[in-house]
Amino acid sequence: MTLALEVQGLCKSFGGLPVTSEVSLAVEPGERRLIIGPNGAGKTTLFNLIAGDLTADAGSIKLFGSEVIHLRTDQRAQQGMARTFQIITLFPKDTLAHNVVLSLLGRSPARWNALKPQSSRRDLYEQAREVLARIGLGDLADRPLSQVSYGEKRRVEIAMALAQQPRLLLLDEPLAGLSMEERKTVQALLADIPRDITLVMIEHDMDTSLALAERITLLHYGKVIVEGTRAEVVAHPRTQEIYLGT
Amino acid sequence: MKRASFVIFLAVLLVLPWLGGDYYINLGSQILIAALFALSLNLLVGYAGLTSLGHAAYLGVSAYVSGWLFLKLGWGHAMTAPAALLLTTLMAALFGLIALRASGIGFLMITLALGQVLWGLAFRWVTITNGDNGLSGLTRPAPFGINLDGASAFYIFTAIVFALSLICIVLFANSSFGAVLRGTRDQPRRMLALGHNVWLVRYLTFIVAGFWAAAAGLLYVYYHKFIHPHALGLTNSAETLLMVIAGGSGTLAGPIVGAAIVVLLKNYVSAFIERWTMLLGFVFLMIVMFMPDGLVPGLQRIWTRLTGDKAKSQELA
Repeated sequence: MTLALEVQGLCKSFGGLPVTSEVSLAVEPGERRLIIGPNGAGKTTLFNLIAGDLTADAGSIKLFGSEVIHLRTDQRAQQGMARTFQIITLFPKDTLAHNVVLSLLGRSPARWNALKPQSSRRDLYEQAREVLARIGLGDLADRPLSQVSYGEKRRVEIAMALAQQPRLLLLDEPLAGLSMEERKTVQALLADIPRDITLVMIEHDMDTSLALAERITLLHYGKVIVEGTRAEVVAHPRTQEIYLGT
Repeated sequence: MKRASFVIFLAVLLVLPWLGGDYYINLGSQILIAALFALSLNLLVGYAGLTSLGHAAYLGVSAYVSGWLFLKLGWGHAMTAPAALLLTTLMAALFGLIALRASGIGFLMITLALGQVLWGLAFRWVTITNGDNGLSGLTRPAPFGINLDGASAFYIFTAIVFALSLICIVLFANSSFGAVLRGTRDQPRRMLALGHNVWLVRYLTFIVAGFWAAAAGLLYVYYHKFIHPHALGLTNSAETLLMVIAGGSGTLAGPIVGAAIVVLLKNYVSAFIERWTMLLGFVFLMIVMFMPDGLVPGLQRIWTRLTGDKAKSQELA
């Protein structure tokens, strides 16, 4: 069976500082993978390498068996890779629906149409409304994004990624900065994501984290330290050492 | 509502200059030419978020090509116009490859440098451009045998070309491509992650902006029947950027209003006040202080505030 995501020997240095060294990952299709690690472990750098925002110094990244390391970020997105950002990266002046439409346009040839008015693309806005309704933001579809709460913006981030019906979804700290209430909503939302989408999530630590993760990878100083099931990783002495400093 | 205001605008366009003499009609032509040029720059500045200080290069090269082909090779206007548009657009395609290696200040500096290189060439390559004397002895075209040498005839011609260009630019800005373009302006990184080829979107816009600047260049050379290196220079680029910013970049009406203000100050007010540039600076300062996003968005905000639509004015603020 081909792996959803196969990373081998991935390296990246900023100047003399290696931030990702010899990282290898193997994620099965449909898997829910959690990547944890303390501050500065290189989690977001790893995501940026996988998504293509950073160029790797060495290594290979395979998406469902095909090499994507030489592809640009947008080309990887066309191959079915979607991501959310740790720092909310949305379009504050536009409505929620328009935000999602920009995501839908990313995978539609209509994005090159320079003659047909965008406002006449009812189909796209209908589709965006459906996506928003699915995550419980249907009522806010016509609100400018700047007028909704932080937790709702986090959900729009996820909605934009889901709208593309990706094969692999990278979630960069989807729970960061949320209240307990909002946390539950987003966790339920993530649990509802269908199995044909493979999930790779970054979180800061495990307590807050996502019960839905099946396998956990612990990253420290740019290296994979432990990988295994939740129980295995929690019990591992190196995990204790890194997190508790004993 | 939008369509109605567009029709009113066209009606004003056709009626207004006839209230005065030839002087005002010519002023009207100048405003429309400057407005088309500013609209083309606005595609970069307002919609792509790429501030260029070398846009006069496209207006100037188009004008020079048209004039040179007429004077040196004796081509007719039916030939020179498409040739000038094509060559200038190709030049934009080449310059875009260089300039779009950067964005922000880097982009601004590269466009400035490319513009100044052409300005220097126009000044020094005397055998082709006639240097500081410029190319003179040019003529206006006579479409369908209609003589355009009169002020009114040329104004109508300019207004028709302007209206057609404006329709094309409005279509472009409001299209799906236009929506994507604004997305690349606001969040390029997000757009990449969504699968949009940000570079290509910008590059295509750069070429389109070059094309409309070339169209403005043709009108410019027809109006003046003369072309001088000044048309390619930094002053012209900067003045046009001023029109876009003062009127409101990223709006369709903004560059037109900005062009009207600058051209009126330059031509009309300079007849009474010698230091018209000082007045221009003062007007610009006022706009930047009180309506930092430009005159058109600023006035829209005041309008919604006056009409008492509180919810809407909050939305705009």
